[in-house]
Amino acid sequence: MTAALDVIGLCKSFGGVRAIDNVTLSFPSGSLSAVIGPNGAGKSTFFNLISGAFTPDAGEVRVEGRNIAGLSRAEIVRRGIGRAFQVASIFPTFTVADSLYAAVQSGQGHAERLVGRFPLSGARARAHEVAEMLGLADKLHRVASTLSHGDQKLLDIAIALVREPRILLLDEPTAGMGPEERWRMIEKVRELWERQKITVVFIEHDMDIVFRIAPTIRVLCYGRVLAEGTPDEIRANPAVIEAYLGTAHEGAAA
Amino acid sequence: MGAPSIPRALAIGAVAFVALVAAPLATGSTVLIDFVIRLSALAIFATSLNLLAGYGGMVSFGHGMFYGFGAYCFALMMQRTGVSIPVAFLTTVVGAALVSAIIGAICVRLKEVYFSFVTLAFQMLIHAIILAAMPLTGGDQGLRGGVPRPVFLGVDLSNQMQLCVFSAFLLVASLLVMHHVVASPFGATLRMIRDNAQRAAYLGVAVDRVRLKAFVIAAVFAAVGGVVQALFVSGAYPEFAYWTMSGEGIFVIMLGGLTTFLGPTLGSVIMLLLNDVVTRFTHYHGLVLGIVILVAALGLRKGLGDFVVERLADRRRQEAA
Repeated sequence: MTAALDVIGLCKSFGGVRAIDNVTLSFPSGSLSAVIGPNGAGKSTFFNLISGAFTPDAGEVRVEGRNIAGLSRAEIVRRGIGRAFQVASIFPTFTVADSLYAAVQSGQGHAERLVGRFPLSGARARAHEVAEMLGLADKLHRVASTLSHGDQKLLDIAIALVREPRILLLDEPTAGMGPEERWRMIEKVRELWERQKITVVFIEHDMDIVFRIAPTIRVLCYGRVLAEGTPDEIRANPAVIEAYLGTAHEGAAA
Repeated sequence: MGAPSIPRALAIGAVAFVALVAAPLATGSTVLIDFVIRLSALAIFATSLNLLAGYGGMVSFGHGMFYGFGAYCFALMMQRTGVSIPVAFLTTVVGAALVSAIIGAICVRLKEVYFSFVTLAFQMLIHAIILAAMPLTGGDQGLRGGVPRPVFLGVDLSNQMQLCVFSAFLLVASLLVMHHVVASPFGATLRMIRDNAQRAAYLGVAVDRVRLKAFVIAAVFAAVGGVVQALFVSGAYPEFAYWTMSGEGIFVIMLGGLTTFLGPTLGSVIMLLLNDVVTRFTHYHGLVLGIVILVAALGLRKGLGDFVVERLADRRRQEAA
């Protein structure tokens, strides 16, 4: 199987801290994988490097074989990487429909068009399709800031999906949700992955969720790859148990 | 909240134009004539600032520099070169676009309060240049000696009535164009950036370029406001390019409302009425103005236009329920 995303020898330091230290990982095309690790392990930094928010100090990020490290965020989006954020990144004053129309027109190269009225008729079909995919179709006329926390997270994903990414990075899709909402969200993510046949990488703290839905798991710790494998392999890995799982369960109990 | 179609917008514009000039034409009252001219200058200026601040999230403290630039550039062209009014007008518009493109290229990269302060700094620079360039601009005395108004296309702007109609036309045309910008795909992108620039960048939007375009469009219309003002006072004064002018623009927007397109126009009406009425009774019109703005800001917590629009929306919702 060819890899959709290859990360090779990736490094990034902030001041003296090595946030990402020589990370090499490969994400096969059409895979669903979780990235886990204790707080400060470098998970979000890892996403920021792939999506172009930060420039790596060294190493390569290859999308379908081509290096994208150092390109602008806009160019990286064009190469097929979409991302959603830990804190839902939406347009608070836009309705759900307008958010998606605006996202679609940006993708079609009409962001700076002065001719015609917003929304352009060519944007509707794709926007409605994506809203349908994420279960937002009945909330099209709601203003984004008035949506529930869970729906805001879904809208964030919807905005990323508009550009038809082949690789979708989800930074803690269930952050800040109650237990029930979490499961609904993660079911949505799994459904999306199955139906859209895209490569999904997500960061998650809830071990039950990770072990239940992710076929492959990557563990980061202090900016390094600690382990990778199936849920069973990860559960049995002594290094992971020592570095992460023990403390995580204590944390969850607290 | 669908924007009206273009033919409908033009029809609304035509009605507004007739409404603006009806009373001055019917009565021939110099007070009304002057009011419409002054309103045109201020409302074009304030709406252009709102395009930048309200729709683009770029609160410029230096927008008055383009108003001043418009007034001086136009008045100087008319005084020194003997070109026709349309040529001077177009030159002013192009000049404002060029100057604002240079200043904007530096400012739009800056976020929030840094943007505000750097625009203020550029404004002080322009103001200082006007004061220093005595032989050209008349320094702190202002540009005097009158602005010649040769007849063009049968229009004689030395006739106040014709100037009133011309100003009202510029006001309506400017509002129509600016409304089109706001309602266009570009306008939506501008609001996206205001709401969440990072997200917009992740969608492939060239954030700084969009901000720069908005900055230039706003500056061009500020200059148009300045042209109307120069025609009205038949000269140009350094105060047009002073920070108080930018401040007045912000006051007007706060009075009228910044989420409603016509808010700044409504605010301009209120501002001028306040000025005219209050100065008749007291020298402390600044005090009265300050109190009114405090009431609007603290009491309504929004401009009057926003307040009315929201009330109407509430009522419609209640009726629907």
